[in-house]
Amino acid sequence: MASTTATTVGTTERSETLRAAAIALILGVSLVFLTGFAYSEVIHNAAHDTRHSLSFPCH
Amino acid sequence: MLTRILSVGLLAGLLAGLLVAALQQVTTTPLVLAAETYEKPAEASAAPKAQHGHHGVEAHSHGDGWKPADGMPRFFFTAITTIATAVGVAFVLMAAMVFAGVPIDERRALAWAAAGFIACGLAPAAGLAPELPGSAAGDLVARQLWWVGTAIATAVALWAFLRADHHPVVRLGAIVLLLAPHFIGAPHPHELESKVPAELAAQFTALSLVVQALLWALVGIGIGLLWPKFAPKVAG
Repeated sequence: MASTTATTVGTTERSETLRAAAIALILGVSLVFLTGFAYSEVIHNAAHDTRHSLSFPCH
Repeated sequence: MLTRILSVGLLAGLLAGLLVAALQQVTTTPLVLAAETYEKPAEASAAPKAQHGHHGVEAHSHGDGWKPADGMPRFFFTAITTIATAVGVAFVLMAAMVFAGVPIDERRALAWAAAGFIACGLAPAAGLAPELPGSAAGDLVARQLWWVGTAIATAVALWAFLRADHHPVVRLGAIVLLLAPHFIGAPHPHELESKVPAELAAQFTALSLVVQALLWALVGIGIGLLWPKFAPKVAG
């Protein structure tokens, strides 16, 4: 009984951890997409030197 | 957990981004500015030369839209976007470590950051050397797709190869995956007609990789140092 409870708690913690990691991954990829890849002219011009300096494909 | 990842990522990214932005100001940005002086007269004189083809070479155009003025505004936006990139890199790095079930400490965070640099810096640079404005370059979307594909393939391959408990067949598959983007080949222009002197371009390529390596290393060190400080408090 006790081990079943422990397993349930462990699984819940793990799924909560994975959900947090998934959100962080989506946020991180979105940030890098905006600064490194987005086609908007304003974003491109603001991030221009950063894109070149960090080896992102530019122009 | 989400609060912990976001707090550590924001702080580590902010610190790493600030240091790298300062470094860019004295390393890569002066070369970008120098390259633009070669680019502008060539653009102005390109019109009368009817036979001067641009086949396969994307003209470098910023359009007429807003862009930060040279000097402090340009430095400010470069710093902001570098910090945002560093925060994004920190989030992705921690997410990958959590997905892989790896404990986050100083040594492991730095090792994963080094792998991140190999995946997003060295491997794509083997096909698409970091370029200054005005360099000859293939189609942008094709280059971006190859860059992203190579980064993902290299990251997965490194993970599959370096895990000690993986079967030899998986490791062999990892080597195939690692090499595949380079056999497919990066998109390149048909004509190599860069307006930038080769010495400047070579210097920039090397510096750009050093700057990216430092960004990954600083993010990794920051995560390793900050992660234990944001540990959840044990009740009681």
